[in-house]
Amino acid sequence: MSEPLLRANRLAHYFDVSPPWLNRVLEGKPRISLKAVDDVSFTIDKGRTFALVGESGCGKSTVARLVVRLYRPTRGTIEFEGRDIASLKARRDLLPYRRRVQMIFQDPYASLNPRWRVADIIAEPIRAFGLLGAGRTVADTVAELLTQVGLSPDDGARYPHEFSGGQRQRISIARALASKPDFLVCDEPTSALDVSVQAQILNLMKDLQRALGLTYLFISHDLAVVHHMADQVGVMYLGRLCEVASAEAIFTRARHPYTRLLLDTLPDLTMSGKERVPVAGEVPSPINPPPGCGFHPRCPFANARCRGERPELMQVDDATVACHGVEEGRLPQGISFPALADVQGAAG
Amino acid sequence: MAAPLLQVRDLHVEFPTRRGTLVAVDGVSLHIDPGEILGVVGESGAGKSMTGAAIIGLLEAPGRIAGGEIILDGRRIDDLPYEEKRRLRGKMIGAIFQDPLTSLNPLYTVERQLVETIRTHLDVTPAEARERALSLLKEVGIPAAEERIGHYPHQFSGGMRQRVVIALALCANPRLIIADEPTTALDVSIQAQIMALLKRLCREHRTAVMLVTHDMGVIAETADRVAVMYAGRLVEVGPVRDVVKRPLHPYTAGLMNSIPVLGRKVEYLSQIDGAMPRLHQIPEGCAYHPRCPQAMDLCRARRPEMMVKGPSSVACWLHQEEAAVV
Amino acid sequence: MAVLSRVAERWHLIVDSDVFYSFRRSPVTVGAAIITAVYFIAALAAPLVAPHDPYDLASLKLLDAFTPPVWLPDGTPNYLLGTDDQGRGILSAIIYGSRLSLWVGFVSVLFSGVLGVGLGLIAGYAGGTIDAIIMRVAEVQLTFPAILIALLIDGVLRGILPVYMLEELAMYVVIVSIGVSGWPQYARTVRASTIVENSKEYVQAAHLTGIRPSMIMLRHVLPNVMGPVLVIATIHLAIAIINEATLSFLGVGIPVTEPSLGTLIRIGNDFLFSGEWWITVFPGAALALLVLAVNLLGDWMRDAFNPKLR
Repeated sequence: MSEPLLRANRLAHYFDVSPPWLNRVLEGKPRISLKAVDDVSFTIDKGRTFALVGESGCGKSTVARLVVRLYRPTRGTIEFEGRDIASLKARRDLLPYRRRVQMIFQDPYASLNPRWRVADIIAEPIRAFGLLGAGRTVADTVAELLTQVGLSPDDGARYPHEFSGGQRQRISIARALASKPDFLVCDEPTSALDVSVQAQILNLMKDLQRALGLTYLFISHDLAVVHHMADQVGVMYLGRLCEVASAEAIFTRARHPYTRLLLDTLPDLTMSGKERVPVAGEVPSPINPPPGCGFHPRCPFANARCRGERPELMQVDDATVACHGVEEGRLPQGISFPALADVQGAAG
Repeated sequence: MAAPLLQVRDLHVEFPTRRGTLVAVDGVSLHIDPGEILGVVGESGAGKSMTGAAIIGLLEAPGRIAGGEIILDGRRIDDLPYEEKRRLRGKMIGAIFQDPLTSLNPLYTVERQLVETIRTHLDVTPAEARERALSLLKEVGIPAAEERIGHYPHQFSGGMRQRVVIALALCANPRLIIADEPTTALDVSIQAQIMALLKRLCREHRTAVMLVTHDMGVIAETADRVAVMYAGRLVEVGPVRDVVKRPLHPYTAGLMNSIPVLGRKVEYLSQIDGAMPRLHQIPEGCAYHPRCPQAMDLCRARRPEMMVKGPSSVACWLHQEEAAVV
Repeated sequence: MAVLSRVAERWHLIVDSDVFYSFRRSPVTVGAAIITAVYFIAALAAPLVAPHDPYDLASLKLLDAFTPPVWLPDGTPNYLLGTDDQGRGILSAIIYGSRLSLWVGFVSVLFSGVLGVGLGLIAGYAGGTIDAIIMRVAEVQLTFPAILIALLIDGVLRGILPVYMLEELAMYVVIVSIGVSGWPQYARTVRASTIVENSKEYVQAAHLTGIRPSMIMLRHVLPNVMGPVLVIATIHLAIAIINEATLSFLGVGIPVTEPSLGTLIRIGNDFLFSGEWWITVFPGAALALLVLAVNLLGDWMRDAFNPKLR
């Protein structure tokens, strides 16, 4: 079996959210640490799409920024083609990695410099990495990239504000592709877009993956989008992974109660008339996570062990799950997702 | 048959700019029956929020209602003087907006905001108002309401804040609530809770809801009828089952097909090429024709009117029997 | 050819813009702009516009001293606004003096701007201790009136420099004094804007191309924080001109051999009560008009560029 392209091992990242020094001294307040990512491990194979799903505060965006080295992990390693890049410190040492790993951001309005022309925005990585091929001009390369993402080469002379949200995401994709990367981290690339535009962008991303052999780390809170895009899925909650499995396994045989909850909250567009039973409670603040299993306050199957002991990821058939209930075999089988079950039943 | 609670006839909302007048809502007519939930769905720029704002009287200048009528419970309300409109808000029409953070005043406790609104519209003593506020908070599912009524908005989480906003909208027993993207800013697991709560409360209080959103999933689960808007115009209205499963208008069909759905594994999502036209670039004839795979010459020439087809209405020449004749 | 079309494109962008529209619609602003433009042109073309050269000591005729303005008895068309105690034509002195005042004003503002914007960018980007230090210094300096700071620096520099060089370097001393007194305003605004821009994704995207942080600040962040800086600079220009006039009036600014408007006012002040009022009143009026025009221009800019007011 070939080596995975990316391996994250026991990644952890803490943010210091302590009150200012003066307050700490005068009021005797302690330092507070926010464990945004708390012991996360996964692997991504070349040419595949790995999706990280979760709600706000689960740490998926932080993981994205760790992989792309916008932050340096507090602990853990990130091996890209076998070499750990988490320990690199100097900007120069990271340059080879940066060329091969790029990112697409969520907000199409804040991710392009409003004062730069589109052509300059796309050309920046080409210039920064010195990637101009022999006998080619920057203008030609930029024109090619624009065409590749479905825009016209003339669009290079315009400014970002002249474009719609979907077009700006295309520009962002063109910029990300300018350094000829192997790996793209996509942080909720379509969450800010209308549904019909989202379809265009997702289709484009699939085309590009096929044409250029790209590997994607796809961050999203929308399970339906993940179902469409991903080969492998990791579900995160309060900085930890609950379940990692192939997309097919997650959507037909989800095991962790939180995964089931997420699947249950998907709206039923087949109009089967089945009422969803919404689960109570909200995501707790990551500054003060519950002890033991982070999900226990909302879990209908929590017992004393869940409240005290933190579950570890374990292999269960074709998935890895971090749940005492699954380990002890306590959880009822079967799923309750009307959309999938009904359609599958109807299909025979 | 009971008369509709809200009737909007040929509503026009315009924005004068120095480059000319932009029409944000172009001849929209709809109605809401008492106790009914009408979804108004459309993508950004379609004019759905403008419609809601016009009805509740909160259009921001220089936007203004340039034509049409809004009739609430038999009374015309769009041409009322400011004071009367103000009294209408809260008493007859409640509002729920997208961002629970800015919908509540951060400087006042929840109790104060609720009591103030209750006493503005209902003739009750302060003690009665507080009782009512407490019972409302319990109704919307705030745990330990006795204690939390004295808290400030920032002490609540996002979902809890939105529940308080719902309580605030309901406290004067309005007949109609305009909810503009009430769950978009919330986590998915909370969205389901809030929508279920809204639906249940509105049934219990017999309050009609105009639910403005871009999220078809929310509409499918909550609304009774749905109106689809495109470029400031209404393209289809009908019972939610019909519009979602058997859409009449090509845009609605395109929209439904482009939504990724579990259980339908496709290689590529069906997409609508192009984008919704900007307000100053709306084409002649049917606004959707440049993107419509079934566009005919008639579509390019004349703007279609709303045509009745069973329980639904649709603005599309494809559904007119004499469509072939230009 | 391509250059011409780019220029034409730029011109159309400006003329069509909302900003220019608001400019056209405000007669006060257009008036202020015209007056400022007149001062500019007169200052640039001083040798061509002024009837005499007041700095050429050889051409001064002491006999012509204390000539009143042309419309009074004893006035002559040779000196439209009269002469001072040295025989310098007041009109010419005002034209050359405005030139000096504008020049000193501009360079001081440039000095403040570069210093303030630079420190603001560094403070906003670095954060932590560096940010704290820069901001505390700025805040302390802001508790003192700018003119006092300018006086302080002026005094210190005059103490350091050898006496025989003072007259030559007087202009630079003034520029540095006013420049250093003005930087905190820029620094605070730029620091706040930098913090906002830093959190935006386009800055993160720039980090991903591996370029140096200083390049990111200069090429990405700086263009986006310059907006408020222009407004501050315009209003600061008026303040700088006044401050220079104040320093000169107090005798620690531009010397009398090549007077600025402030120095002229000071010279004339001695003769105000002996009846030769024109020596101080006309330069005073010229200064007031210039400062008023620049202030009005700055006010308009602040409102025109404020997106919330549009």
